[in-house]
Amino acid sequence: MTDTILETRGMTKEFLGFVAVGDVSLQIRRGSIHGLIGPNGAGKTTCFNLLTKFLPPTRGEIRFDGRDITRMKPAEVARLGLVRSFQISAVFPHLTVLENVRVALQRARGGSFDFWRSDRLLRQYDQRARELLDDVGLASYAGLTAGQLPYGRKRALEIATTLALDPVMMLLDEPTAGMTAEDVDRIVALVRRVAQGRTVLMVEHNLKVVEGLCDTITVLTRGRVLAEGDYATVSRNPEVVAAYLGTDPSMTGAPAETAQAKGAQAHG
Amino acid sequence: MASGHASTAPALLVPEAPGLLGLSGLGFNRAQSIAFLVMLGVLLVGPFLLYPVFLMKLLCFALFACAFNLLIGYVGLLSFGHAMFFGMGGYVAAHAAKVWGLTPELAILAGGVVGAGLGVVAGWVAIRRQGIYFAMITLALAQMVYFFCLQAPFTGGEDGIQRVPRGALFGAIDLSSDLTLYWVVAAVFLAGFLFINRIVHSPFGQVLKAIRENEPRATSLGYRTDDYKLVAFTLSATLAGIAGGTKALLFGIATLTDVYWAMSGEVVLMTLVGGLGTVFGPVVGAAVIVTMQNYLAEFGAWVTVIQGVIFVACVLAFRAGVVGELGRILKVRL
Repeated sequence: MTDTILETRGMTKEFLGFVAVGDVSLQIRRGSIHGLIGPNGAGKTTCFNLLTKFLPPTRGEIRFDGRDITRMKPAEVARLGLVRSFQISAVFPHLTVLENVRVALQRARGGSFDFWRSDRLLRQYDQRARELLDDVGLASYAGLTAGQLPYGRKRALEIATTLALDPVMMLLDEPTAGMTAEDVDRIVALVRRVAQGRTVLMVEHNLKVVEGLCDTITVLTRGRVLAEGDYATVSRNPEVVAAYLGTDPSMTGAPAETAQAKGAQAHG
Repeated sequence: MASGHASTAPALLVPEAPGLLGLSGLGFNRAQSIAFLVMLGVLLVGPFLLYPVFLMKLLCFALFACAFNLLIGYVGLLSFGHAMFFGMGGYVAAHAAKVWGLTPELAILAGGVVGAGLGVVAGWVAIRRQGIYFAMITLALAQMVYFFCLQAPFTGGEDGIQRVPRGALFGAIDLSSDLTLYWVVAAVFLAGFLFINRIVHSPFGQVLKAIRENEPRATSLGYRTDDYKLVAFTLSATLAGIAGGTKALLFGIATLTDVYWAMSGEVVLMTLVGGLGTVFGPVVGAAVIVTMQNYLAEFGAWVTVIQGVIFVACVLAFRAGVVGELGRILKVRL
C-alpha cells in the first residue's frame, strides 16, 4: 500500500485553446484531508471533473490507488471508491430523504436491472439508511421528499448519500457554500468525523473551514498550482496572498500578517 | 442536533396513506388502489354498456400511451418516434397472423419482439443525445421506418395488410365474436399496465427515477446511466409493439397510419392530456383522445383543430394533465 492514494502527472484540460487546468501534478496522501483553494476561475471545479472523469483530460495521467484511471468512465471510477459531491447540492428532489440514501446503498447489490422484482426488497437497506441519516442529523426528515429540505440539510443529505457507498476517497465540491454560520460548523464537524479512515479532497472558499480541516492545501490560480503545504505555510506565501487579494502586499506596504488575516476573512 | 429547522420538520411531513386490500403489493398507495379498482370495474362492465370495438381500440391506445409514459414520466426521455414500434408491431403481427398463420397470442408476441428489437437499435442510437436532440433522432429513425414500410413488399405499401384473420386463441378459442376478443384485449392491456407498474416500482425503477431526478449524481454513485435508459427504452418499445400488434388483429388491418409521425405526436398528446408521470394519466388521456376521434368524426378535419385547441389549453391551463390536476386537488398521487 503506497502512501499516495491519488496522483496526477501533468494533468491538463484545454477548452478550444483556453487552458482551464495546466500541467497540474497533485499527490494526495492516504488518510489526509486535502484542500484545493484558489480564486474564482482558478480551475478547481474543472480539476474535480477531471479527477472524477466527468471530463476527459487533454493531456496527463491520473492514478488512483496505484491504478491508471485516466481513460475510465465516471461510473467506473465511482465503483472503485472515488466518489464526488457537486457544487450545486445534488440530491434527488422528488425522492424521499430515505430513498436518496437507499439508492446509493442499492449499489451494493450490483446493477439493479431487475425490473420484474418488487422494490420491497430494497427495504433490507432501510435500517442502514436510517443509521446514515441519523449520523448526519437527518433521522426525523426521512419521510420528506429531499426537495423540501432546507439548503444546509440538503448538503448533509448529500454527504450521507456519498457515505452510503463507503468510499475510499471523497471529493467534496464546496461543502459549505451558501450556508449559514451554524450550518457551516455542523458540516465541518461532520466532514472531520466521516473523514476518519478515508481520504478527502475538498474545494472550499471559506478559509476558516480550510484552516480548521485540511492537513495539506494546494492553491490553484489560472489553472496552475501556485503553492502547496499546510495552512500556515501557504497563508504566509506572498504570492498566495496577492492572488487572493488581487494586490501585491509588498507594493501596498501592508504587513503580511494583516494581509493574511484579510485573506482569511475575504471569503465566506 | 440543535437547530431551528428541526421544529418545522413535522409540519412538512405528509405520510403516504397505506394501500388498500393488499394492492400496496403492486406499489399502489390508497388513492391509486381505489383508482385501480374503479378501472377494473369499468373494464368489466364496459363492453355491456359501450361498443366493444371502441373500447378495445381505446385499450390498445391506452397501453401504447402507458408504454410511452414509462419513458417520459419515469426516465424523462421524450421520444418522438414511438409510432415506429406501434406501427411495426402492427405490421409484423398482421403478417404473422395472415401469412404465417400464427395464433393471435403468438402474432401479438411477434409484434412485441419486433418492438424490442427495433427499440434496442433505435435506443442505442438515440440515448447518446439528450433533450430535443434525443427527440429529433427518434423522429428521424421513425421516418426511416415509415419509408421502409412504404417500400417493403410485405407491408402492402399504400394498401397495408388487409383482411388479417383474428384466428383462435391458443388455437382453441375463436375470436370472431367482439365480446370474446374484448376479454383478450382487456387481459393484454391489464397485463401490460401492471407490468409497467412493476417496472416503476422495482429496484430498476428506483434507479430510473434517480436518473430522471439528477443524472450526474446517479453517475457519481456508480450507475452507468445509459444502460438503464436503454433497457427502459427497449421495454417501452416492446410494449408499444404489443399494443400495435393487438390493434392490428382487432381491426384486421395494418396500415401506414400507425407508423406515420402523426401517430408519434398523438401518443405525446394522450400522455400530456392525461398527466405525464402519473399511473392512470395515459389511460385517461387515451380515453379522451380516442373518444374525441370517434364521436367527433362527423366534424371531419375539425377533429385535428379541436385536438390542437385541447393540447394548447392543456399546456396553458392544466399542465399536469387531467389526472395530475385531479391528484393535486385531492392531494394524492394518482
